[in-house]
Amino acid sequence: MGASKKPARGSVFFREVVGATAVDPHLEACLQCGTCGGSCPSGNDMEHTPRTLFAMIAAGMRETVLRSNTPWYCVSCYYCMERCPQEVHITDVMYTLKRLAIKEGFSRQSSAAQAPAFSETFMEHVERYGRSFELGLITRYFLRHRPLDTVKIAPIGAGMLRRKRFDLTPRKIRQIEQLQAILARADELERNAYRV
Amino acid sequence: MQYGYYPGCSLERNAGAYHESTMAVAGVLGLQFTEVDDWNCCGATEFFSVNQMQAYALTGRNLALAADQFAPKPALPVIPVEVAEPPQLVAPCSACYLNLSKVDRYLASSPELAAKVNTALDAGGLHYDPGSLRVRHLLDVMVNDAGYDAIAARVQRALTGLRVAPYYGCLVVRPGFQGQFDDPEYPTTLDKLMRVLGAKVVDFPLKAHCCGGHMTQISEEVALELLRRLLKNAADYQADVIVTLCPMCQLNLDVFQRAVNRRFGTNFNLPVLFFTQLMGLAFGLAPERLGIGKEFVASRPALAKIGTSVEVEQERAVGKRAKQRNDQSLPMPYMPEEEER
Repeated sequence: MGASKKPARGSVFFREVVGATAVDPHLEACLQCGTCGGSCPSGNDMEHTPRTLFAMIAAGMRETVLRSNTPWYCVSCYYCMERCPQEVHITDVMYTLKRLAIKEGFSRQSSAAQAPAFSETFMEHVERYGRSFELGLITRYFLRHRPLDTVKIAPIGAGMLRRKRFDLTPRKIRQIEQLQAILARADELERNAYRV
Repeated sequence: MQYGYYPGCSLERNAGAYHESTMAVAGVLGLQFTEVDDWNCCGATEFFSVNQMQAYALTGRNLALAADQFAPKPALPVIPVEVAEPPQLVAPCSACYLNLSKVDRYLASSPELAAKVNTALDAGGLHYDPGSLRVRHLLDVMVNDAGYDAIAARVQRALTGLRVAPYYGCLVVRPGFQGQFDDPEYPTTLDKLMRVLGAKVVDFPLKAHCCGGHMTQISEEVALELLRRLLKNAADYQADVIVTLCPMCQLNLDVFQRAVNRRFGTNFNLPVLFFTQLMGLAFGLAPERLGIGKEFVASRPALAKIGTSVEVEQERAVGKRAKQRNDQSLPMPYMPEEEER
């Protein structure tokens, strides 16, 4: 969106990333200082630091970027965005890269392959009830996507239930049809945005 | 003072203690929190990772509902409503606070995005004008609206002798979409609040570092290391308790502390409480009214130092276990000798 008002700059992929981010992330302003990677709490475990990733975006290395585990290891803490001297909306760019990777099916092959499944399971519950349902989320996510790890999470689930920190049944909002209508319209808009 | 209140999903159950203690403390201080009617989930970080427009629309519905419910009603017809301050919406959860404030600011900065979000909201007969609300975090309201003096005046049982590590986490002070009420890298408002309650606030260099959010569900490798750093830092400075202002931070540090001990062969035993729980104790409220006793890591030994007895049955700490991964992967700040007690 924001990119359309500026002269075209960077690779086709660069313009794709900027265009798929709702508010202009100022990505062209990145001066490769590395403050982002140096501030990142999970930077140690990333295949590429954010700085490297942004250089790769500018160079048009679409598939390498979308196969990287970096966006999936972003914990959305906004430390990099707070410190960035160029006010690049780094966290928003990471969200965009996650969405593009899901669209291309690359996310399933990264070392954080379970992240989209967790997000999608979370969303299913919100779309159905209007609120998060933690017991349902954890049960469905682990049984469906990580069955072998169920034994690891079960004691935590039992502890949460014993302390009355999990609801046994979901809480549904009153006007769930209204929310579902809004989300359906938003989904149409989302699909149209990528078609351009 | 009147505020709209957006509790968020966590406060309904897993962080019910935060909600209970917030309400109890607000009552003492004369803050009136009215819940947004029929609010929905803020989407956390999950919707933005998958469906951007749904993420904005989801929070857009909450903003629209709140703006409508708390719209200022003119006392006299001659005074236009425009001159009134926008109604305030308080969120105790850091992620909810971030989403509400971020979406409001982004809609204000991009009329194109605001038009799209309103197209989606229109499917449910709703509309939101950016800037119709002022979104604030609970800590901001406590220290700046109620104020340190009023809080100090209510203290009946000072937390003398309790060593507290003030943990802010990431989103409350960063990136300040609606203005920053504290320093984004080294905040101090919670420190001051705890001192007003009579606690000994320990230095906590990692106080604004991230707890990892949802990473415990995605990559234990990443998540447990982030938690280990925070726990080690608080333990190095000999904290009795970590105090937090976010349900996700509380859940991660408390519930996964045992997993950290297993993985790294450490023996951390640090209870994690909400700041409103400690405010309530200092105000002389009963622990049961503040949800104390729902923690995985028992707070009883720490709270015994201030003469509070917790009746709820709590589990014993885990024993020392074999180290499975080097716990010295990154050098971390340690407590200087002159500060040792």
